Amino acid sequence: MLNILSKRYVFFTLSFLLILPGLILIFINGLPLSIDFIGGSIVEVELAKKSLLSSDEIINIYNKLDIPDSQVQISETSDSNIYIIRSSSLDQEKYNQLIFTLRNQYDPDLIERRYDTVGPSISQSVTNRAAVAVGIAALAVIVYVTFAFRGIPHAFRYGVCVIIAMMHDILIVISLGAIGAKLFGWQMDSLYLTALLTVIGFSTQDKIVVFDRIRENSPILRNIAFEKLVNHSIIQSLQRSINTQLMTVEYLLLSLALFGGVTLREMAIILLVGLLSGTYSSIFIAAPILVVWENKEWKNWFRIGKTSQT
Amino acid sequence: MNRRIINLLIIISIVMLVILIDFPFLNEFKSELFKRELIPILGLDLRGGMQVILQAPEGYNIDPDSLQVAAKILENRSNALGVSEVVFQVTGERYIVGEFPGLKNTEEVIKVIKQTGLLELVDVGTDFIQPDTVIQTDYQNPKIEDEELPKLSTPNPQKNETQPFNPTTTSPEKEKIYHTVLTGTAIKAVAIEPPTQPGAGYSIRFTLTDEGAKIFSDFTRDNIGKMLAIVLDKKVISSPVIRAHIDSGEGVITGQYPNVFTYEEANNLRVTLYYGSLPVSLEIAESRLIGPTLGQISLQKSLMAGVIGLIIVSLFMIIYYRVPGFVAIISIAIFGLITFAIFLIIPVTLTLPGIAGLMLSIGSALDANILQFERFKEEIRRGRTLIQAVDLGWKRAWTSIRDSNLATIITSIILFWFGSTFGATIVKGFALTLALGVAVSLFTALFVTRTILGLIIKPLEKSNRSFWFGISE
Repeated sequence: MLNILSKRYVFFTLSFLLILPGLILIFINGLPLSIDFIGGSIVEVELAKKSLLSSDEIINIYNKLDIPDSQVQISETSDSNIYIIRSSSLDQEKYNQLIFTLRNQYDPDLIERRYDTVGPSISQSVTNRAAVAVGIAALAVIVYVTFAFRGIPHAFRYGVCVIIAMMHDILIVISLGAIGAKLFGWQMDSLYLTALLTVIGFSTQDKIVVFDRIRENSPILRNIAFEKLVNHSIIQSLQRSINTQLMTVEYLLLSLALFGGVTLREMAIILLVGLLSGTYSSIFIAAPILVVWENKEWKNWFRIGKTSQT
Repeated sequence: MNRRIINLLIIISIVMLVILIDFPFLNEFKSELFKRELIPILGLDLRGGMQVILQAPEGYNIDPDSLQVAAKILENRSNALGVSEVVFQVTGERYIVGEFPGLKNTEEVIKVIKQTGLLELVDVGTDFIQPDTVIQTDYQNPKIEDEELPKLSTPNPQKNETQPFNPTTTSPEKEKIYHTVLTGTAIKAVAIEPPTQPGAGYSIRFTLTDEGAKIFSDFTRDNIGKMLAIVLDKKVISSPVIRAHIDSGEGVITGQYPNVFTYEEANNLRVTLYYGSLPVSLEIAESRLIGPTLGQISLQKSLMAGVIGLIIVSLFMIIYYRVPGFVAIISIAIFGLITFAIFLIIPVTLTLPGIAGLMLSIGSALDANILQFERFKEEIRRGRTLIQAVDLGWKRAWTSIRDSNLATIITSIILFWFGSTFGATIVKGFALTLALGVAVSLFTALFVTRTILGLIIKPLEKSNRSFWFGISE
């Protein structure tokens, strides 16, 4: 029979290597937080190609309006350019002046796509609330899982392993965000936060389904080693994991990424990777950690090297 | 067997009920019942518009009632100025979220919000003050309250730090605190009057309440020859000289040349005075403008993406699971009808994140089916009959469906709470559709798939299992 658990340290290393690049980027550049979390303004306008507006000219206009820290990103469509301008806070009056200037000097048919302004006090409370909400949700999940698994030994461990594997998925998503920021100029905004929270919810759900099989097998297969029991349970639920994940959830999100609006594309890619990670970590992180815990393997980590087996 | 038929009848009646709600039948009856039209409500990100978050200043204790009053006043003002379908809602301790669907012109929004609308008639004695000068009065002045209540910790760091360094920047007029004789609350009625001569501008005639009229009468009697400044939001509009004792309780506000009122300005002031002043001063903490075209394109494209995704998933379910896969599609369709009906009844405002939450709950509903079918196959391989396999498969899958979905609902509730407290409609919309969707998927998993599969599987007992169920013998 396929023995997944014997290679557990390989999977731990793989996850570590996947998370590492993003963490290094964050260490160097900081988190690519959007105005939703640090305050500031974002203006998105669409002008005809023939208006020939350059990013330097936009920065000039911003400087004249006395708005510091402006940055321009241009994305092209077939007959127009979309300008995404980030800056420190830009109030309504200055925004109106900006649009007026752009209409007058470059393109009277300018389309206002988006204008967001977030004050620093609001963004601070967003960040704090998010951290508190995730913390409380994690605690609630531990309590719930401990309660739901109360019939088998060490129910508490299952709850904790759900949360450890969930943090793995959060790290994967954060790492992806940092890499996306480096390569495509992504920013962590409230949609990113929503995607992250979705991954958290899904990840929890998937781990409980996989653990449910262990719960079911525990009383039946009482006499075999815990590691074999877990491995057996994973294999039994493998077909379901693959079908649910790849064939349904990923298809829905893939179509969202390919055909959905621009607004949703970045979110869909993050969800795609995050949900994949959610399924992966149920099998290759959460369940193996249960075994590591059962065997108390950390006692051997520094004595006989990395590949300890029972 | 009997129980399955009863369940089927229950399912059919629920489906018929939700179809009545979902589609435009019996519109008049439904409008009567729910006191509104049952149509999907689209969020600003799908239809375009503007959202502003207003914040009461930090450091003061804000009375929740006064925020409610402020939201109501803002809504009245917007309606009176012809900005349609505006909603102002209080969220958290010091925020009001204003939503202006379909709005393109941001200036209108500023007009509605910017004026606190505090009108004061101020005793300035013999000091002539230029129009547009900002003055200090003793009405609702936090600095004065500070001195009266020295133990109350109202932080005002700016005042303490800047004054010793820069004593000359504040002009003498600003430092002097004048006495407020009357405020806008004493006004009973307002009307606009056209210019009396060319170039004079519009004026606003106001009538005071009986109590206000008495104070006004006493004051004008004692202060003939002095000035009474008309001050809006601490800014002087004009400083007419009191020429006679006024006991009629009426007065006229006229702009002082060259700042005469246009009709629009006069009308704005009339609306502001009529609906009253805001009990708290508010500032714009956050604003978002979504162009209407962008919203519509997002909506169309995401709907398209959803349809394509669902077609692929349906094909997969039928090819892989055969008969059960077909049942799963019926079950998902029923899931969709019920969820949509609940969205219409509550009503849930659909936003992009809301659609994402809905899609995730569809995934959850599919997972519930897949879990049952995998167990169903296992039981058949163990040699059970089809009917036994349906029931056993369901029973074994149920604990995992229940526990995983309940954990998701718990998480959603926490996210919803998180979204409600500071006005992040994004997270709130997502959590709400996810929680509702998962709850409905629990119901369809518990009830619909099992019942229908159990009913249509009976005649297939002797059939070719690899063809009808995709099971290799």
